[in-house]
Amino acid sequence: MNGMFNNEFILGCSAIGAGLAVIAGIGPGVGQGIAAGHAAAAVGRNPGAKGDVTSTMLLGQAVAETTGLYGLLIAMLLLFVKPLVPTT
Amino acid sequence: MLLTANDLGFMVEGVFSFQLGGHTLWITTSHICLLIVILTLIIFSFFARGAMKKAKEVPTGFQNIVEMIVELLDGMIKSTMGKNAKGFLNYIGTIFIFILFSNLSGLLGLRPPTADYGVTFPLGVLTFTLITVNKFRYQKVSGVIKGLCEPWPFWLPINLIGDFAVPISLSLRLFANVLSGTVMMALVYGLLKVIAYAWPAVLHVYFDMFSGAIQTYVFCMLTMTYISDAIGDGAKE
Repeated sequence: MNGMFNNEFILGCSAIGAGLAVIAGIGPGVGQGIAAGHAAAAVGRNPGAKGDVTSTMLLGQAVAETTGLYGLLIAMLLLFVKPLVPTT
Repeated sequence: MLLTANDLGFMVEGVFSFQLGGHTLWITTSHICLLIVILTLIIFSFFARGAMKKAKEVPTGFQNIVEMIVELLDGMIKSTMGKNAKGFLNYIGTIFIFILFSNLSGLLGLRPPTADYGVTFPLGVLTFTLITVNKFRYQKVSGVIKGLCEPWPFWLPINLIGDFAVPISLSLRLFANVLSGTVMMALVYGLLKVIAYAWPAVLHVYFDMFSGAIQTYVFCMLTMTYISDAIGDGAKE
């Protein structure tokens, strides 16, 4: 593959790939929103349990965030480590 | 203008290298930041020991702080692990304080050690070791094999993958969160250099303090939950 494309082209494609990878952030966004919404409903129903609900919500949200972070990791690898650019 | 990671300065950089057995080994910024964090904690613990040696019935000053920290951590662990908490108070408390300080060290201009996969992966492996050892200890070999063959025996490979994914996802979660905060701050300071006065403090509060504290809590919480699961009902009173 060496010499087929120049480095700028590969870098540009890597940037597009990084942009596509962070679309993964949609999922955790929706998930965390649902979790926060249900937590708000729970607090509305039982204001006394606010502390427990909040900590459970934060724990669940942090776990749900993982998939989005995988996308972010791929984006960072593409942008900064540049695995696709041939080393000369 | 081509922007490279080196201009922003959030990558792990080598400080000096040495030869060992034909390999070139690098001492990087992670090692040094790790050393600073550990030294700070060791000095703090010496002061804490000194304060607790001449402890008074009614705590004052520094003794107050130390007792508060220990009580807070013990309370958190006991409320999650219940009767299994006793053997794990020290370990969970230690990694909690260590990860928290590592995450917060971004505030002092260090590169957080936890933003290096070489630091978080061993933490994940430690958790995995604890889970496995406790599983074999309390559920015995037959119990472990039975657990792997749930719900059907041909489910075994999937259960095995699920077990081995635990340390990887644990460590990647911590790593990616801290790294994203570090990259974000580096981008703010690197690209908006001209107008980056005072207001990035707000971002520091979120990325370093809030996110760091939450991730510390989550790491310890998940470790405790997994260990409790591994122990199951097998624990003796």
